[in-house]
Amino acid sequence: MSFLHLAVLSPLLLAIIIPFIHTYFKNIHTGWFLLPLPAVLFVYFLKFIGTTGSGGTVMETMPWISSLGIDFTLKVDGLGLLFALLITGIGALVVLYSIYYLNPNKEKLNTFYVFLLLFMGAMLGVVLSDNLIVLYAFWELTSFSSFLLIGFWNQRERSRYGAQKSMLITVFGGLAMLGGILMLSIITGTFSISETIQMSSQVKNHPLFTMTLILFLLGAFTKSAQFPFHIWLPDAMEAPTPVSAYLHSATMVKAGIYLVARMTPVFADSATWVWLVTGAGVITLFWGSFSAVKQTDLKAILAFSTVSQLGMIMSLLGAGAAALHYGTINDGYYLVAVTAAVFHLINHATFKGSLFMVTGIIDHETGTRDIRKLGGLMNFMPITFTLAIIGTFSMAGIPPFNGFLSKEMFFTGMLRLAEMDSFHMDTWGLLFPIIAWTASVFTFIYSMMYVFKTFTGKHHPEKLKKKPHEAPIGMLISPIILASLVILFGIFPNLLSDTILSPAMEAIMPSLLENGDGFNVHISFWHGPTLELLMTFAVITIGIVLYKFLPKWAGIYRLFPDRLALNHLYDRGLKAIHLVAKKITKSYMTGFIRSYLVYIFSFFILILTFTLLYKNAFAFDVSNTAPVHIMEIVLMLIIAVSSITILFAKSRLTSIILLGAVGYTVALFFVIFRAPDLALTQLVIETVSVALFLLAFYHLPKIRPEERIRFKAANALISIGVGAVVTMIALSAHSNKMFRSISEFYVENTYKKAGGENMVNVILVDFRGFDTMFEITVLGIAALGIFAMIKLRLTRGKDLDENK
Amino acid sequence: MKTNDIILQTVTKFTLFVIILFSIHLFFAGHYHPGGGFIGGLMTSGAIVLLLLAFDIKTVKTILPVDYIKLVAIGLLFAIGTGTGALFFDLPFLTHAFTYVDLPLLGKTSLHTAVLFDTGVFLVVIGVTMTIIQTIGESE
Repeated sequence: MSFLHLAVLSPLLLAIIIPFIHTYFKNIHTGWFLLPLPAVLFVYFLKFIGTTGSGGTVMETMPWISSLGIDFTLKVDGLGLLFALLITGIGALVVLYSIYYLNPNKEKLNTFYVFLLLFMGAMLGVVLSDNLIVLYAFWELTSFSSFLLIGFWNQRERSRYGAQKSMLITVFGGLAMLGGILMLSIITGTFSISETIQMSSQVKNHPLFTMTLILFLLGAFTKSAQFPFHIWLPDAMEAPTPVSAYLHSATMVKAGIYLVARMTPVFADSATWVWLVTGAGVITLFWGSFSAVKQTDLKAILAFSTVSQLGMIMSLLGAGAAALHYGTINDGYYLVAVTAAVFHLINHATFKGSLFMVTGIIDHETGTRDIRKLGGLMNFMPITFTLAIIGTFSMAGIPPFNGFLSKEMFFTGMLRLAEMDSFHMDTWGLLFPIIAWTASVFTFIYSMMYVFKTFTGKHHPEKLKKKPHEAPIGMLISPIILASLVILFGIFPNLLSDTILSPAMEAIMPSLLENGDGFNVHISFWHGPTLELLMTFAVITIGIVLYKFLPKWAGIYRLFPDRLALNHLYDRGLKAIHLVAKKITKSYMTGFIRSYLVYIFSFFILILTFTLLYKNAFAFDVSNTAPVHIMEIVLMLIIAVSSITILFAKSRLTSIILLGAVGYTVALFFVIFRAPDLALTQLVIETVSVALFLLAFYHLPKIRPEERIRFKAANALISIGVGAVVTMIALSAHSNKMFRSISEFYVENTYKKAGGENMVNVILVDFRGFDTMFEITVLGIAALGIFAMIKLRLTRGKDLDENK
Repeated sequence: MKTNDIILQTVTKFTLFVIILFSIHLFFAGHYHPGGGFIGGLMTSGAIVLLLLAFDIKTVKTILPVDYIKLVAIGLLFAIGTGTGALFFDLPFLTHAFTYVDLPLLGKTSLHTAVLFDTGVFLVVIGVTMTIIQTIGESE
């Protein structure tokens, strides 16, 4: 286990300790104990820039399930490092912000921070592991922690709805991805990502290629909220605002983008990839920005904006894949899209992170996030206003902020994609820049809405729950840091180009580089009067005009019928699934144990008879049997007589006593066959269960004479069948001796290896200790189950009111 | 349940300790003679059940104020803890060790980590049996 492993797992380890810290240091906000970890990790990961900047990577392996090719291998390259820095850097800021946002007296801080740490560790695992199965495990852990965090305020109905929705959609994608991973391993024979990348030509020519690609993209698209799977992200905004800033804008939703970037060397050189990734990206970009304009909740605007921006990064990665097709650096003609993707990834994290924090401040200080109630906050919260201006202007693509630079590069990328002469781009390619431009106009409009409807205009104090005032300094630090970065990266973009951007691009497009080469990334502020600049001007002018006349054309949002909306489909689908499942379940779950026994035993008879016949396994051999003594015959008769008498017993007490008689007689059999352990166990079990029966007796209804169980032919057939099958198997098992019995091993080794003389017990605690461990665990679960069913049962006719 | 069973109650008071002593004997003898944690645990539960039959649940609760669900948890901790212990010696999970030592009075005695594991089994079995019997007996 290397230090790198420890770094990745450290959030998970801290998560174990946090509840104890929370209990013992009640007076100090638990967040303070958390804060050092992401900060230290951020510094730790910063040290890797030296290595990745010169084209190197760091790889550490910890053997896990080596026999299946699954090792806990971590690899730090440019791409992984970029994400690791985002996770730890934004993580530290979010934790700091949350300390002031969450009230320690009202919220369950220990669970909140445990979930947050769970997520942090999982996310680091996703972006740094080099093994696909390990990546998948961490990937699902991020979905899981996101589910827990969205549902953090689980007393709210909307939170639970949002949590379930995100879980269902992302886990569906995750499972699809698992399918993709398995197919990929069938093609390449390895789970290692680095080895898979080296075999990319082999992957490309395999018949499973397209299927694998689609499954991987399903995973990426659901996670990164791409159209039509984006519907979970707006509902995920029910989470506390620090969580929205961290998971649902800066890090987790970018896991899909990470996956697409990571898999680019494997899949990207194909028309399917370019069209699917770019197409889904551009549609998401447009749909997200279009839908954002009609929102009235500040967080909903940001949610749709995030959807739209994720689409933009996705489409850039798709467009950049064209560079792979031509196989040369080619003056960075197509590569500009990849640069833009990586650059915008960072920019988006900075401006959207700060905007989410600003929204949290507004919510915290005024008690609402509804833009219809807000207005004129500029005078009350000057610092927050400034932060909002920086964030939104960057989002809208206005100079001199970093969003302007990446938006320009985005236009360049889309224009160049349209000019491409392969993958049928010459016919439909022109659509890409057009949609991209339209979406940017809407982006401009909602950005303006966000800042001007909240901070300018008339102040309505009567609509607000609290008297607005500036936020405490602790809440402002994190957004101020992020906003400063927005300006810093805007004015000095080349701070990033050699340290972060170019190493990340090397990881996305390794095949384009000769040995020792690096991409030469240079982002310049002024390109001269290009078409891109013109497009930006058009966005700003048309955006201002449309924003002014927003009420005049807002009617188009009503044209789109609600019934066709994806959310409606999702809700209806979920309801239908529930109904159908309920019907199917109700049709066979009768609530009577006798029905279930009929199912179990019928299946038992069918499957075992089939196997016996199919394998031709029935055998009857009496050559190696001991003589039957009179004692055994007597015991046999007792068992037979008592079991048959049970059928005709008139009272329950008689049945229980007869059943006990059968049990004790079996114990006698064990005595005769010299199995004292079994005999003892059987005796005690029999005693205890008779006592249990007597206790349960009290709860059973009286048998009324008219309710005597009638004779049923089918049940008789089944019971005779079970008896016959068991007898046949017992006879065959005795008569077929295909291999040496394992008992000889135990006879030889009980004393030698385990230092015991009682073979049964040595097997129980030593040779098959694992079995015993799990058996007692199952026993424990059963006890808890019975306890829960009896102590916590609902009163009949009264449903548990979940909303209380 | 009736509580005026003088004969049963008197007999129980004596036999209870005999049964429990026997069950402890069974538990420790397990590695060499018939017995072990499972049977020992069951036998102890049997003794407590006898107590339950002779007296009633409330009385038994005051005599033995044990939270049986916690007993299950402690037992599981014993079993899993013994297994994990092997990891610290760079051995596979659940590897047992034993040695022989000379103790005063007892003479040559073997010491097994398996006994710790079996303690877990012993406690879980008592806990589970008694949880089930107590919850069913207490309801309504």
